[in-house]
Amino acid sequence: MKKSIMTTTALAALFMAGGMAAQAQEVRFMCYSDGNECEVYDDVLTRFEAENPGIDVIVDVVPYQAILENLPVQLAAGSGPDIAKVTDLGGLHEYYLDLAPYVDRDYWEASFGGTLDWYRGGAGDDGLYGLHSQLTITGAYINRTLFDQAGVDVPGADATWEDWAAASRAVAEATGTQFPMAMDRSGHRIAGPAISYGAQLFDEDGNPILVDEGFTNYVRQFVEWNQDGTMARDVWAGQGGSTYQDAAQEFVNGELVYYYSGSWQVSRFDRDIGDFFDWQVVGSPCGDGGCTGMPGGAGIVGFSQTQHPEAVAAVIDYLAQEDVYAEVTARTRNIPAHAAVAAAGVEYEDTSPQAAAALNAWAAQVPNISPIAYAYQGYAGNRAMFGITVQRVTQAIVGELTVDEAMDRAVSDLADAMAETQ
Amino acid sequence: MLSILSPIMRIIEIPLQALQRRFGIQRLAWAFLLPNLVLFGLFAFLPIILNVIYALTGGDNVLLGDRPFVGMQNFQTLGACSNYLDPNTCTKDLFWRAVWNTVWFVTLQVGFMVGFALLTALVLNRDIRARGFFRGVFFFPVLLSPVVVALIWKWILQRNGVLNAGLEAMGYDSFAWLVDRGWAFTWSVFLSVWAHMGFYTLILLAGLQAIPRDVYEAALMDRASPWRSFTKITLPLLSPTLLVVLVLALIKSVQVFEEVFAFTGGGPGSATTFMIQFIYQTGFAGAPRLFGLAAAASILLALVLVLLTALQLWANRRNVDG
Repeated sequence: MKKSIMTTTALAALFMAGGMAAQAQEVRFMCYSDGNECEVYDDVLTRFEAENPGIDVIVDVVPYQAILENLPVQLAAGSGPDIAKVTDLGGLHEYYLDLAPYVDRDYWEASFGGTLDWYRGGAGDDGLYGLHSQLTITGAYINRTLFDQAGVDVPGADATWEDWAAASRAVAEATGTQFPMAMDRSGHRIAGPAISYGAQLFDEDGNPILVDEGFTNYVRQFVEWNQDGTMARDVWAGQGGSTYQDAAQEFVNGELVYYYSGSWQVSRFDRDIGDFFDWQVVGSPCGDGGCTGMPGGAGIVGFSQTQHPEAVAAVIDYLAQEDVYAEVTARTRNIPAHAAVAAAGVEYEDTSPQAAAALNAWAAQVPNISPIAYAYQGYAGNRAMFGITVQRVTQAIVGELTVDEAMDRAVSDLADAMAETQ
Repeated sequence: MLSILSPIMRIIEIPLQALQRRFGIQRLAWAFLLPNLVLFGLFAFLPIILNVIYALTGGDNVLLGDRPFVGMQNFQTLGACSNYLDPNTCTKDLFWRAVWNTVWFVTLQVGFMVGFALLTALVLNRDIRARGFFRGVFFFPVLLSPVVVALIWKWILQRNGVLNAGLEAMGYDSFAWLVDRGWAFTWSVFLSVWAHMGFYTLILLAGLQAIPRDVYEAALMDRASPWRSFTKITLPLLSPTLLVVLVLALIKSVQVFEEVFAFTGGGPGSATTFMIQFIYQTGFAGAPRLFGLAAAASILLALVLVLLTALQLWANRRNVDG
């Protein structure tokens, strides 16, 4: 009897240990989709699970807002997921798991060298924290059919913002189109044009300043265009706080001549516009500071609070492998941040010739990106600066503040934000 | 039944008698109150304490241990103003814009809502055709989720919405209702009145039906005009109910958030940003997350609500005492 009890107890302990071991390899991946990313990751990771029987990856699909608002609070409270797809790349650095002990550093440095800094904590940090899964670039689309109908020449590659504004107004007037131009309501979106106008955003020591003469000049022009109807006023003035708002639906509806957004819209335009009209990527207009858009995108990171750092690193490293990365990029129709994949070129799946041309046009914009834009994207406090920009510029557009008052407020808001985060 | 229960009662009696012997009958009451006190402590009292602690600390860390003590600094920052009537002179101009927006909103929304609710209740109290149907119609918006209310009116008022389609069909120009500060605020008040009026109409209707009919019959025999009956009978006898409605509407109005946030997002600019939205944006939606400042603002708002609740309690007591 005693022997049978001991045997039963030993078996139960074994099963429990086995059960715990199985649970111990459960990796939760908090994912949001711009298009079909989470669906593709889920599919690809099924193969990973087959190759790694001890690891069970659960992809939790959430809205983008949950990544922006809920994830940071969860991480601060120690209850976040093991892996997440994030866009606040530097802002969440303190929670990242350093993958360096678990992956091939040389391969990662060679493949993602340009974007690894965006996830790091600053100078002296050489950790490997994030797999940049989607490289995005901000810039403009035009409704090419409207230009052709209006008989207005499309401005060239070195055209300025003023050239584009004049051309867009002429097209809108000739074709009876409601809006000449629109820009997404986002501090990230307005940064590229501001840099093209000469904004430096940081001082010589690398401290954020946000407002300078170049920045103010672009804001003044942008506010003026919103007030005189060149820009679709609804997009920025129709919201409060720092809420994001795009104008993609207006562009799809053919109500907009020139739309300043970014490369991630290609899938949507390809799907929703179809052969309704011809559209084209025209990149970023030029100014004294260049013809730059903002780089950006999303990355996959692990969190240091995970119980299974090796499993987390294995999952992310699998997605970073050239063949897997190339497949995901092709299926999700994104611009690759992986050097070898970019060099080899991507054969996008289920994509029209127009969308493929657009994706290649975006890839060709990468060399135009200003070093200031890279630095801004990699700065950990950029979300605060984006939010301040949107709030204060909108107040200037609707007349609550003058442009100068708005810029003064932006400076003091930035100082307050810096003081609170130090 | 009793025969089944009595053995159970005897079992329960054993520990209770032991407790009573140990603590005495007076203290035993605490044992019965304990479950409720624990729940209240965890879900009401503890959050209040935490909120006060957050208000007295700074930084953007959510963990209390990592937050430096700053004393009253958050309150001082919110209150730093050279002219409270002009938010542009305040350190936290957006807080004071939210305060003044809320003051204006409460004044207009409560005024219009109680006025229309009274008017509607008076009409629905009359012997009109399809009275039940109309009572249902006026109460229906109360059943809708605030987000649904906001979306309905957004679809009506947006640039390509129903209202502009109607205006264009009649030969008028369309108008960007939600991009103009004044109109966005006006429609926010309207939407809120529309959404909540039915509830207060129902309370006032109950109050009207409680007024004895023979009082009106006596007035009619004395040849009192309808206006005189209204001012000398209806209003005085309805005033206790009206006071309760007024205070309830005030409390609800100060807490305005969901429907206006979904409707305008607080814009254009900050034209429809109210107190709760300021707290939400400061503490949760913005970067960095200023939990301390948000907690301080919520304490100030709570003080206003405590005052209004005290007013409501006083009004209720006055009703009960006659």
